[in-house]
Amino acid sequence: MTRETAISILFVLALLAAPFAAQAMGEPFYITLATRIAILALAATGLNIALGLGGLVSFGHAAFFGIGGYAAGILVTHAFNGEPLLGGLPGTNQMIVIWITGALVAGLVAALIGLISLRTSGVYFIMITLAFAQMIYYFAISWPAYGGEDGLSIYVRNAFPGVNTLAPMSFFLICFVLLAAGLVLFALIRASRFGAALQAGRQNETRLAAVGIGPFRIRLVAFVLSAMVTAVAGALFADLNRFVSPSMFSWHMSGELIVLIILGGVGRLAGPLAGAVVYVLFEFALGGVTEHWQLFLGLILLAVVLFARGGVMGLVAGRARHG
Amino acid sequence: MAEPVLEIRNLRKSFGALKATDDVSLDLKAGEIHALIGPNGAGKSTLIHQIAGSLKPDSGEIRFEGRDVKPLDMAARARLGMGRTFQVSSLAPEFSALRNVMLAVQARAGSSFRFFKPVMRDGSLTEPAREALARVGLSDRANVPAAELSHGERRQLEIAIALALGARAFLLDEPMAGMGPEGSQALTAFLDGLREEAPILLIEHDMDAVFALADRISVLVYGRIVATGTVEEIRNHPAVREAYLGDGA
Repeated sequence: MTRETAISILFVLALLAAPFAAQAMGEPFYITLATRIAILALAATGLNIALGLGGLVSFGHAAFFGIGGYAAGILVTHAFNGEPLLGGLPGTNQMIVIWITGALVAGLVAALIGLISLRTSGVYFIMITLAFAQMIYYFAISWPAYGGEDGLSIYVRNAFPGVNTLAPMSFFLICFVLLAAGLVLFALIRASRFGAALQAGRQNETRLAAVGIGPFRIRLVAFVLSAMVTAVAGALFADLNRFVSPSMFSWHMSGELIVLIILGGVGRLAGPLAGAVVYVLFEFALGGVTEHWQLFLGLILLAVVLFARGGVMGLVAGRARHG
Repeated sequence: MAEPVLEIRNLRKSFGALKATDDVSLDLKAGEIHALIGPNGAGKSTLIHQIAGSLKPDSGEIRFEGRDVKPLDMAARARLGMGRTFQVSSLAPEFSALRNVMLAVQARAGSSFRFFKPVMRDGSLTEPAREALARVGLSDRANVPAAELSHGERRQLEIAIALALGARAFLLDEPMAGMGPEGSQALTAFLDGLREEAPILLIEHDMDAVFALADRISVLVYGRIVATGTVEEIRNHPAVREAYLGDGA
């Protein structure tokens, strides 16, 4: 086992232990905080496939996060009102169905966005992904059937077979298991043939083409997978807040996901988790003191970019090694 | 006589008023080393770029093993078996030498859409890659990131990658550049044997190597081929002596 893997597992176990400690100390609020960390870490793990492995700086991943959220909001609203969806399909309050729906819709949208945006690179790619996400953002705002600007409330948290999802600890465990699955998926992809081609394309596109692998298809598939993972996190986020609003689609959200990855370590297995821990704890600790807490976060980000390029994982696990 | 592996007819490419490739026709036959020489700026690399597919010619034909490859992009031409090295080494800098070669083995095997099996534990990737590294003498540098290899080692690594691709023709753009005399001699000996495997189109400034290796030499000046012939013919060709070798050669 490499040092990075060991440290990553340690981080994951610490996240698992935190809510139990909180419960033992009679501070159940911290369970919600840990849940938030798990969900944001999962969303950023999705982005880490595209950004970390593929070097695709998507500034539009809020689109997929929001699609997951709205999949939850829309399906459960229809189930609640007993109205069929477009095409006569029934709504549902089953999380598993919601995750799959959210992931499939996000994957489809990502394929369309990717087909166009992946023909560009660098700053153009950033701007095109941002533009698509903003289009979806304004679409959500102007869609009165699903709450428009006000968003949608989820009156009762969605259901998972055999689990009381209303209990904070149960819901945390659902989120935790999905995060763990997301991290395993990331680790498998990174070590696989697909991951080798994806990472080589980030390092040197010409080299990849010169051995006969076209970068475009590799990146498109990575972009779609990345969006699907982020969408599942979006559905969980909706269930955590029992509310979805167009702000899930906003460019702040896209930026937040990128910040998480940079804080934690770009392309590192536990980078998104480490970043989410720093981000959420910072928000919690300083958010109570000043509403300008993001100013301080900005200073930390500046320090990371200037002095600790590898983020938290770079500091604790050393430089990334590629076998 | 069998048809040539690589056949170029009336190729033209201009950048504005500059004719970088001016009605070039040449071919590469099985088992030969065809050297392409010419002064700096003659358009040698531009020609390789067009053959390999990283640059589009304005007009003309490029046939590889009888097939018109002009509509194909660089990746597709590589899959057909064009093993190309770059004038300035082009590698995945963070990957070890071994992983750079493994990428070629993987590409040759066909599918990069495999998501679960770790490559480092896949003997069908690591073994051929190690063999290719051994052939160019880089075995003991297998685990060093490409960025940390010396200039000469990177040239060797590029050749190992082309070997692992199972290239059906090699397009080598100044493989000796930046190598010390010992490295050049070792590489010359290696390329000498390599022509049995697949023919080589060799761009090279090292004239000792060219004269030692080439079955035929073409001389490119201002985008035009001014002469093609055996080593002896080229050595004694008046236009070549004037344009390129200088009278003292």
